[in-house]
Amino acid sequence: MKLIFRHILALCLLALPAQAEDVVLGLSSDKVAITATFEGSDILIFGAVKRETAIPEAPLDVIITVAGPSVPVTVRRKDRRFGIWVNTEKVELDAAPSFYAVATTGPLDMVLSNTEDLRHRVSIGRAIRSVGAATMAEDAERFTDALIRIRRDKDAYQTREGAVALDEQTLFRTSISLPANLTEGAYKTRIFLTREGRVVSELNTTIDVRKVGLERWLFTLSREQPMMYGFLSLAIAIAAGWMASAAFQALRRG
Amino acid sequence: MQIYLPIAEVSVNAFLLLGLGGIVGILSGMFGVGGGFLITPLLFFIGIPPAVAVATGTNQIVASSFSAVLAHLKRRTVDLRMGTVLLIGGLIGAGLGVFIFNYLKSLGQVDLLVKLCYVLFLGVIGAMMFVESVNAIRNTRKGKAPKRKKHNWVHALPFKMRFRTSGLYLSVLPPLAVGLAVGILAAIMGVGGGFIMVPAMIYILGMPTKVVIGTSLFQIIFVTAFSTMLHATTNYTVDIPLALLLLIGGVIGAQFGTIIGLKLKAEQLRILLAIMVLAVCFKLALDLLLMPSELYSLGMDG
Repeated sequence: MKLIFRHILALCLLALPAQAEDVVLGLSSDKVAITATFEGSDILIFGAVKRETAIPEAPLDVIITVAGPSVPVTVRRKDRRFGIWVNTEKVELDAAPSFYAVATTGPLDMVLSNTEDLRHRVSIGRAIRSVGAATMAEDAERFTDALIRIRRDKDAYQTREGAVALDEQTLFRTSISLPANLTEGAYKTRIFLTREGRVVSELNTTIDVRKVGLERWLFTLSREQPMMYGFLSLAIAIAAGWMASAAFQALRRG
Repeated sequence: MQIYLPIAEVSVNAFLLLGLGGIVGILSGMFGVGGGFLITPLLFFIGIPPAVAVATGTNQIVASSFSAVLAHLKRRTVDLRMGTVLLIGGLIGAGLGVFIFNYLKSLGQVDLLVKLCYVLFLGVIGAMMFVESVNAIRNTRKGKAPKRKKHNWVHALPFKMRFRTSGLYLSVLPPLAVGLAVGILAAIMGVGGGFIMVPAMIYILGMPTKVVIGTSLFQIIFVTAFSTMLHATTNYTVDIPLALLLLIGGVIGAQFGTIIGLKLKAEQLRILLAIMVLAVCFKLALDLLLMPSELYSLGMDG
């Protein structure tokens, strides 16, 4: 199936008019459904480079990023006060993605220059916005580093250098594994083509991650009708308690 | 089997939760406690966000106490009048508790407060129970009968009221105060407060032991139901699938617990409970005193 798709892509490339290098993209799925038994998901991202002119001398590199919805995050640091460890300092980061993966064809600092990284916010550190952070603590970078470290341990932030396979400077593919602890939202997916550290082409798309079925229903109910949701949880608790008591008595008699 | 919890937004093993509920159920069946003081720290441990663990814990206690109260009502060991007075204090306390909880959450100190409460109360109550049950065992070996003080300062207060089931003529102020204190703790710590309520009713109010557990459970149902509603409407942190899995495990565990409990002596049971309470307390205290491996923590409340 994948192979056929690639052939079709290759045919399309020949028919297209002359332009600079461009990305043609395919996704194994552009929707991820979080069901009750969701255990994470692998997404295959593949595509081709569309060009009319001859392949330039400098080698082509591909960078693929997938970013979850960005929300403000408060990072707190513990310190020893009165003999016990308590939260003391905090830094509020304006926006940090709940999930972030960067996959490249080579080492990130080789395939992307520092200025291009600043402009396009590609590396994990740059993807986190922390405008006012420096005023909240002297060593604000250490709070950002801590955020990256904690999320990296949970596979929520991934840097996978060399994970993008590139054939004949034209066909590329990689697979991004989304962990089970996923928040819902639009996951922005970007593909960059670079030569000698400069971005020559960029393509954006989104992967839609949503709770479905019972998960969706419970979550919506808890936000939109919290009263109903509260009563529902109590009703379940009371019913379970009553059934336990009844079953226990039936067992005793029998 | 992994299951995705829609409110906690984490994926956990369903059998782990069933097992956890089961273990706590066995203990609550053995000792007649709600088990909230065990389940909330255990939920922290497996990675449920603290706010969700506390709110869902209260919902789970509603179920286990309701089941137990039905059995006590049949045996007529519930003092409904005393329960109502405790309840009035408890509801006011639960409202205050959720207010304090939200205020501390904005300061980022909620984990600390919850842990400190646990260490303090588990330590004091565990130690008291341990000493008391060791003495009781010693006394029964010597053949002495246990004695109870009948009159203290509590009986000198105004607004007296007659509590027939408990056989008491007592001011309404001490039960109101006890209810208030337990209500605050229930909301902050995500526990029913049974392990504080029971000693307070025996030692401060002087109620007979046989009506204490039923009456305590009676008012715990309402206080925890009230805090569940408050958490659900103000914090949106009650996770129904999580509560349900804990419940199923708990209900089955409680039956085995009761069977084990019937084979042990009262003093032996109390010593075991005291040791367990002290062990949980020791573990939590250690976490506060030793340097944590990760000094930084993340909060989503902006």
